[in-house]
Amino acid sequence: MAATVTGTDRLIEATMGGGPGSRDGNGFHKNGGGGAEDGHPLRFSPARYRIGVWVAIGSILMLFVALSSSYIVRSASGDDWRPIVMPKVLWLSTAVILISSFTMEVSRRSLKALNDAGYGRWLAITLILGLGFLASQLMAWRQLVRQGVYMSSNPHSSFFYLFTAAHGLHLFGGILALGYLVLRTTRKRDTVEGELKRLGAAEATTIYWHFMDGLWVALFLLLFFWK
Amino acid sequence: MAEATHDVVHRHEPPKGFIRKYIFSLDHKVIGIQYILLALTAVLVGMMMSVLMRLNLSWPGSKLSILGTLFPTGAPGGVMSGEFYLSLVTMHGTIMVFFVLTTAPQGGFGNYFLPIQIGADDMAFPVLNMMSFWVTLVGFLVLLTAIFAEGNQAVGAWFGKLGESAFGGGSGTVGPIGGWTGYAPLSALGKVAGPGQGAGVSLWIISIAIFCVGSLLGALNFITTLLNMRTRGMSLLTCWAWFTTAVLALLSFPVLLGAGILLLLDRIAGTSFFIPGNLYVSGSLLPLHNGGSPLLWQHLFWFFGHPEVYIAILPGMGATSHILSTFARKPVFGYRAMVFAIFAIGMLGFFVWGHHMFISGMSPYSAVAFSILTLSIGVPSAIKTFNWIGTLWGAKIRFTTPMLFAIGFVSLFVAGGVTGLVLGQTSLDFFFHDTYFVTAHFHLVMGVASIFGMFAAIYFWFPKMFGRMMNESLGKFHFWITFLGVYAIFVPFHAMGMLGMPRRYSRFDEYEFLKHSKGLVLFVTVAAIITVAVQFVFYFNLVWSLFKGKKASDNPWEATTLEWTTATPPPHDNFAGHVPIVYRGPYEFSVPGAPKDYVMQTEPEGIEVSSRLGEISGNGGDGHRH
Repeated sequence: MAATVTGTDRLIEATMGGGPGSRDGNGFHKNGGGGAEDGHPLRFSPARYRIGVWVAIGSILMLFVALSSSYIVRSASGDDWRPIVMPKVLWLSTAVILISSFTMEVSRRSLKALNDAGYGRWLAITLILGLGFLASQLMAWRQLVRQGVYMSSNPHSSFFYLFTAAHGLHLFGGILALGYLVLRTTRKRDTVEGELKRLGAAEATTIYWHFMDGLWVALFLLLFFWK
Repeated sequence: MAEATHDVVHRHEPPKGFIRKYIFSLDHKVIGIQYILLALTAVLVGMMMSVLMRLNLSWPGSKLSILGTLFPTGAPGGVMSGEFYLSLVTMHGTIMVFFVLTTAPQGGFGNYFLPIQIGADDMAFPVLNMMSFWVTLVGFLVLLTAIFAEGNQAVGAWFGKLGESAFGGGSGTVGPIGGWTGYAPLSALGKVAGPGQGAGVSLWIISIAIFCVGSLLGALNFITTLLNMRTRGMSLLTCWAWFTTAVLALLSFPVLLGAGILLLLDRIAGTSFFIPGNLYVSGSLLPLHNGGSPLLWQHLFWFFGHPEVYIAILPGMGATSHILSTFARKPVFGYRAMVFAIFAIGMLGFFVWGHHMFISGMSPYSAVAFSILTLSIGVPSAIKTFNWIGTLWGAKIRFTTPMLFAIGFVSLFVAGGVTGLVLGQTSLDFFFHDTYFVTAHFHLVMGVASIFGMFAAIYFWFPKMFGRMMNESLGKFHFWITFLGVYAIFVPFHAMGMLGMPRRYSRFDEYEFLKHSKGLVLFVTVAAIITVAVQFVFYFNLVWSLFKGKKASDNPWEATTLEWTTATPPPHDNFAGHVPIVYRGPYEFSVPGAPKDYVMQTEPEGIEVSSRLGEISGNGGDGHRH
C-alpha cells in the first residue's frame, strides 16, 4: 500500500535509487526470457539436449584439464620421468576415430536431408568404428603389458593408462548413445515430441562424438609429441 | 491411440505407486525434499561430532562409556584417543562441507524451487536428477562405512581382504585421519602412514569421488534447466545464485574428481603422482616411490576447494536477497548490481586458490597475485552487503522467523567475511595459518552463514512445500539462541587464534603458552552445547509443524514470485498443465497506486505506470537481450 510509505521513506528511496520511487534500478526491463518462442508457450524444446551436451563437455574438459595440468607439473617435478615408446597401434586408433567423426557427420547430414536409410547406415558404421577404436586402444595396452610396462612402472606410463582409460570410458558413453540412436531408427515415431527428442538426441550425440575425437587427438599429442 | 492424447503442455501424469512417487521419483520436488532430508541427517551426525570434539577439548581424558562400547580401540574404556579426535575433525569437516553445505542449498532448495520459480514443469533431465540424488546418497553411505572400516575390527578385517596396504583397517579410530583436505603425501600412502590411514581414507576418497559425480549430474541439470526452460521475461536473484553455483560446481568438481582418482591410484595402483622419493614414514623408507609432488595435490584440491566455499554460500545469498525484499516490502536494492556481484564472486573464486597455500613455500610474487585477487572479492561482497542494507533501509520490516534468519545471514556474512581480508594477506596469514583464527573465519562465513541462509529458506518455503506454517514462537526462540550461540562460539575462536592456538589439536592442557585459555575453551564448549541443543527445537518444530502446524494459504507471506501462484503443495507438474507467463519483475512491493502493497509476477494489468508495463510485456518474446 502506497499509504504505508511515509514522506521520509520516499525521500530516502529517491536518493538511494531503489524502492518504490524509482524501480528502474531493478534492472528487469531488459531481461528477456528463454524457452518460449512465437507467443506459443512451448514446454518441450529439443535445444535442451544441445545445451546439456555442451555443459557436459565443459565439465569433462575440466576433468582433462586437471589431469593434463598434473601431467605437465609431474613431468617437471622428478628425475624419474621416462616417456614410454609409443605403441604403433595408436596410429590406427587415431585414424579410426578421425574417420568415425567423418562418418558421424555424414550421418547427421543424412538426417538433416531426411534420408533416414542413410542416417541409420552411417550411424551403425560410426558405432562399429567406435568399438574398433576401443579395441585398438586395448591392443595398445596389451602391447605395453607384453613389454612389461605397467601403470606403476613410471609416471608417464601411469598417465598413459589413466588418460586412455578415462577417455575410453567417456567414449563408451558416446557408444551407448549411438546404440540408442541406432535402435531408435527402427522404431516408429509416435509423436511430434518423440521426433523432436530423437532429433535433439542425434544432434547432441554428434557434438559429443566430435568432442571425443578432438579430445583423443589432444591427449595423443600431449602424451607423445609434447616435450 | 493413447499416444495421441499426449499434448505438449500437459505432459506427464503423476506416478501412482509408492516407490515411483516417493523413492525413485523423477519429480524435482520430491528429489529436493530427499536432498533436504539427507542434509538434515548428515548435519545431525556432523553436529554430534562437534559436541564430542568440544567435550574432549574441555575435559580431556574423561570417560564416555558409549564410545568405549562402539569403538573399543579408538576410545579404550570410553576415553577418547588423540587419533579418535583427529578422525572426528576429518569426518565433521567432510560431512558438513559435502553432505550438508553442498546438498541442502543447491540440491535441496534449488531443486525444489528453481523449476517452479522459472515457471517450468520439472528439471530438464528428470532421470539425471534422480540419479544425482541417489549417487550422492551412495557417497554418503560409503563415507559412513569409512568410519566403521577404520573404527571397527570386524568391518576393518573384511576390507583388509581388498588389499592390505590401501584397505587394511581396524586401526581403532572412528574414521579416516587426514582432515577434510586429505593432504598428500600421508593420504596417498596407505596403512603404512599410521593409524586411520588405511581403509578409511580409501573409502573417504571413493566417497568424495562418488559425490563429485552426483554433483556434476545435478549441475548439468540446473544449468540446462535455467537456460532452456525459463518462462517469458523471467529473472530472479535466487535463480541467478543457483545458476552461478551450478557453474562453479560444474567446473570445480571435475578437478576434485581428477585429483581423487590420482590419489586413489597412488594408494592402490602403486603410482607416484603425489608421493615424493626418499619418503621416510613411520620409521621406514618407502623405496617404491619417486618424484611425485605433494604440492600438486594442494593445488588441485584448492582449485576445487575455493569455489566450493561459494557453492555453499551463493544459494544462501540468493535466498537472503529474496527473503529480505519480501519482508521489507521493498524491491531488492540495486538488482542488477546484485546479479553481477554474484557472477563476480563466482568468477573470482576460481583465481584465488593459492591463498590456502601461502605457507607452502610458493613464490612471493604468486602470493602477492593471489592476495590481491583474494582481497578484490571484498568488492562484490561489499556491493552485496551494501545492497542488502539498502533493501532494509527505511523499510517497514515484518520480523518473521525467515526474515530474522536472513538478517542473521547478513550479519554473519559480514562478521565472517571481514576476517577474510585479514587472512588474505600473506604476511598476516603466515601467523594465522592453521590456528583457530582460520577456523573462526570459515565457520562464520561459509558454515554458519550458509546454514542461516538455509534456515531462512526452510522457514520461508515450508508453507509452500507442506501446506502448513512452521511455529513462529519456536522459530524465534530457535533464531535468537542460535544467533547468539554461534557468535559466542566463534568470536572467542578469533582470540584463541591470536593466542596461537593451533587447529586440529586434540588437547591443549599440555602447552605452557595456552595455560590461560582454559576458561575461553570452556566458554566455547558450553556455548556449543547450548547451541546444538537448540537445534533439536528446530527439528521438533519441523516435525510438529508437518502435522499440527497452522494451515497455510497459497501465499502466506504475500510474496510475488511464481511458486506462490500455484497450489500448496504444488501439483506434480507445478502449474496443473498451464504455463505461467511473467509480466513483471519479482520484487514489486509497495507499488504506488496498486490495490495491495505487492503485485504478483503473473498479474498482467494494473494501476502500474503504463509505459513501463508496455516495456516489460513487449520484451518477453525477444529471447536473450541483455
